Amino acid sequence: MSVFLKYREWVLAAIITSMVTGISLYAPAFGTFENATGVLNDTAFLFMMALAQMVVILTRGIDLSVAANLALTGMLTGLFNEVFPDLPAFIYIGVALAIGGGLGLINGTLIALLRIPPIVVTLGTLAVFRGMIVVIGGGSQVNTSDMSSTFLSFPKFGFFGLSSVFWIAGTVALLAWFFLSLTRAGRGLYAVGGNPVAARYCGISLPFQQILAYTISGAIAGMSGYLWVARYGVAYVEIASGYELTVIAACVIGGVSIGGGVGTVAGTLLGALFVGVIVNALPVMQVSPFWQMLISGAVILAAVIINARAEGRGLKLILPEARRAAAQAKR
Amino acid sequence: MTETSPILALSHVSKSFPGVRALHDVSLSLYAGEVTALIGENGAGKSTIVKILTGIYVPDTGEIKVNDQTQQFGSPRDSWGAGIAAIHQETVMFDELSVAENIFMGHMPGGSLIDWRETKAKAQALLARIEADFDADAKLKTLSVAQKHMVEITRALSHDANVIIMDEPTASLSRHEIDELFRIVAQLKAEGRAIIFISHKFDEIFRLSDRFVCLRDGEKVGEGLTKEVTEPDLVRMMVGRPIDQVFPKRDIPLGPTVLAVEGLSNATEFADVSFNLRKGEILGLYGLVGAGRSEAMQAVFGMSKPSAGRVIMNGQELHIHEPIDAIQAGISYVPEDRQEQGTFLPLGIRENITMASLFDHVRRFLLSHRSEQSAARAVGGRLSVKAAHWEQALGELSGGNQQKVVIAKWLATKPKVIILDEPTKGIDVGSKAAVHDFIGELAEDGLAVILISSELPEIMGLSDRVIVMHEGRFAARFERGSGSGALAWSAEAIVAAATGAPVQERAA
Repeated sequence: MSVFLKYREWVLAAIITSMVTGISLYAPAFGTFENATGVLNDTAFLFMMALAQMVVILTRGIDLSVAANLALTGMLTGLFNEVFPDLPAFIYIGVALAIGGGLGLINGTLIALLRIPPIVVTLGTLAVFRGMIVVIGGGSQVNTSDMSSTFLSFPKFGFFGLSSVFWIAGTVALLAWFFLSLTRAGRGLYAVGGNPVAARYCGISLPFQQILAYTISGAIAGMSGYLWVARYGVAYVEIASGYELTVIAACVIGGVSIGGGVGTVAGTLLGALFVGVIVNALPVMQVSPFWQMLISGAVILAAVIINARAEGRGLKLILPEARRAAAQAKR
Repeated sequence: MTETSPILALSHVSKSFPGVRALHDVSLSLYAGEVTALIGENGAGKSTIVKILTGIYVPDTGEIKVNDQTQQFGSPRDSWGAGIAAIHQETVMFDELSVAENIFMGHMPGGSLIDWRETKAKAQALLARIEADFDADAKLKTLSVAQKHMVEITRALSHDANVIIMDEPTASLSRHEIDELFRIVAQLKAEGRAIIFISHKFDEIFRLSDRFVCLRDGEKVGEGLTKEVTEPDLVRMMVGRPIDQVFPKRDIPLGPTVLAVEGLSNATEFADVSFNLRKGEILGLYGLVGAGRSEAMQAVFGMSKPSAGRVIMNGQELHIHEPIDAIQAGISYVPEDRQEQGTFLPLGIRENITMASLFDHVRRFLLSHRSEQSAARAVGGRLSVKAAHWEQALGELSGGNQQKVVIAKWLATKPKVIILDEPTKGIDVGSKAAVHDFIGELAEDGLAVILISSELPEIMGLSDRVIVMHEGRFAARFERGSGSGALAWSAEAIVAAATGAPVQERAA
C-alpha cells in the first residue's frame, strides 16, 4: 500500500473536485468556507464508520450491526451519564469504546468460532441490539435535559471551525493507516481476505483476525454512538436507522472490494467524502426532499460503476516493454 | 466374444498443450459387452483420453468413430448425444437436489414445464434396473459415495449411453461397495455396453477387465487381452524406461539428522508415520493420489492435529499446534496448488514474499517496509522474478512468475526443512527441469527436503531415499543404490509397493 494515492483514488478525487466545483457554480452558498467545514463536520461520523467497516470487509466479511451498535451504545452511554453526570468527557468515550467493542466481540466470536456467515450473524445482532434499546430504555428517549454539560459540550468543541468529532475521525484515520500498513495484525487482515487458505499456510489465524476486525468495528461504532447522542442531544431506538447501508456504500465507492483483501484508508475516506458531499449538496441545491433519496442513490450507483471501470481491465504485465513502462510510471 | 466392429474407436489421436505433449498417435477400440482397462502412471495421458471422449478437449489430429461413423465432439453435449457417459473420481453433482433431479438434469421429461410425475417414475425404474437401495426422492447429500456413483451410472443409463467411462470409481469405496459396483458393471456388460475402466489397483483390473490398454508419456505402449498378461508384465509396461538417466543426481554429503518424526497418526488419514531426515537429504514420498502423503506432511506442518506421535527437530521435541509454530521452528510447506493456496493476488510482490516471515521484519513492534523490501529483493532476485517493481500487485504477473513468488515466500522464512508437495504439477517440460535443478540446489545449500510427488521418474531421479505410502501407511522404504537390507532400488518395486502389492525382497 503506497502512501500515495492509487490510480482509481485519483479518479475519485477528481470526480469529487469537479462535483464540488459544479455544485458551487449552481448554488454559490455551497462553495463557502463555512459550508465546507459544515460538510466535513457532518461527514465525520461517516469517515470513522466507513474505516471501521473497511477493516471488516477486508477479511471478506460485512458488519450490518454497526448502526444498531451505535444506537445501543449511545443509549447506554447516555444512561451511564445519568448515573455519573460529572465525569470528564474522555471517560464517556472510554465507556462507549468498551461497550461497542464488547458488542463487536460478540459478533466476532460468533463468526470466528461458530463459523456462522458474517451477514447472518450481524443481521441477527442488528435486530438484537435495536431490540435491547427498547427493552433497556423502556421505549422512552434520553433527552438533552437528562444529559450533563460535560457530556453534551464535548462534540461541539473544536478548532478552525471543525468539531472535535472531525478531529477524532482524523485521529482514527491516522491510527487506521498506521495499523493497516505497519503492524502484523493489520497485514493479516489483507491476507485472510485476499486468500484464506494461503493465509493459513503462512501461519496467520483466521479466527484471530476476524475477532479483531469485528471488535475494532464495534468499538468505533460505539464511540460514534456517544458522539452522535451528545451532538444531537437525544438517544432513542431509531437513531442512525439504515445508516449501515450508507457506510457500506462509502466503502464500495472508495474501492474496498466486497470480495476481501482490497482497500485503502485514503480510498475509504474519499468514498465517505463523496457520499457526504452528495447528501449535503442536494438540500443546498433546493432539490425537493421527495427526490433526494432517489437522486443520491442513483449518483452513488453511478460513482461505483465509474470507479469500478477506472480499475482497468486487469491485464497482466508480461511483455518486457510493458514491465519497463510500469516501472517508469512508478518513478 | 466375437470380433465385430467396435462401438467406439479412436484412431491416431494426438493432443498437445503449449510445452506438453499429452497424447501422441494413440488408437484404441471399444467393443460391445467388454470392459477395457486403461492403465498407466499419473500423467501418462489417461485423463486426456477421457476428456477427448467426453468432448472437453478436441484432439489436434486423429479421429473418433462411433459405430463406424466419424464424429466431431465440440462439446460435452455432442459426446452425450453419441452415447458416451463418464463417471468421475469425485462425483460432481447437485447435493441439495433429489436423486431424480440429478439423474435428469439437463434433459428433464416434459416440455417447457417439467413433468414431475414422469421424472420420478422414470428415475425409479432406472434405479430398480441396477437394484439400487435408495429412493428417487432422496436428497443427494444424504447418500454415500458409493450410492452417488450409482446415481451417476443411472444418469448414464438415462442417456442410454453405450459407452461408459469409469475413472477410478473405487477410489473411495469400501470392499462391500466395490463388490456392489462390480455387480452393476457385470450387468452393464451383459446388456452389451462397452466400458472403460480406469484404476490403479491391479486386483480390480484382473477381476473386471477383458482387455487392457497401457499408456506411458502420452503414447500407447501395450494392449491385449487381460487374461494373457501378469501383474509384473503390466508394471514393466507402465514404467518402461531406465529412470536414473533422466535427472543427474547431485552428489551432496549428508549432514546430521535434522527432523525426526515418530509414530505420527490420526484417526482416519494416516497411521504410524515415522522417519528421519538429514541435512542435505532429499526424501521422496511416493504413492498413489489419495495415499495420505499430503495429509501426513500437513500434520507435521501444523495444518491438522495428529492424535499421536512426536516431531523432533535437532534433538528437541516440537509442540506444533498451528502452522506458525512449524514456520518458526524452520519448517516450510509449499502446497500442491501453488496458485490457489499460495498467492495473494491483490497484494504486492513484497507483501507476498514476506507474508510467512513477517515476524522477521518487526522493529519496535512495527513492520519495517525497508527490511521487507530488501528481503523481497534478495529472495525474489535469486529466483529471477520478472516484475516491473516490488510493489506491483501479484495478480499482474504471469503465472510462472506468480509461482516463483510463492516459492520465494517460503525461502524467505529461512527454513531448515522444506516440504514440496507435487512441485512440478501443471508445469511444462522445460520448466520442470529448472524446478528439479532448483530442488538439487536447495539440498546443496543445506536444506533437508521432503519431496511429495506422484511422478516416478522425478522421485527416483532426485531422492536419496524413497518412502512409499499406501492407504495411509508407509508400505516400503527404498534407498538409492540399494544398500544392504533395504529393498532394491527399482521402479517396478516402487510402483508395486504403491499399488499395495505384497513387497518381496529381491534376490541380490
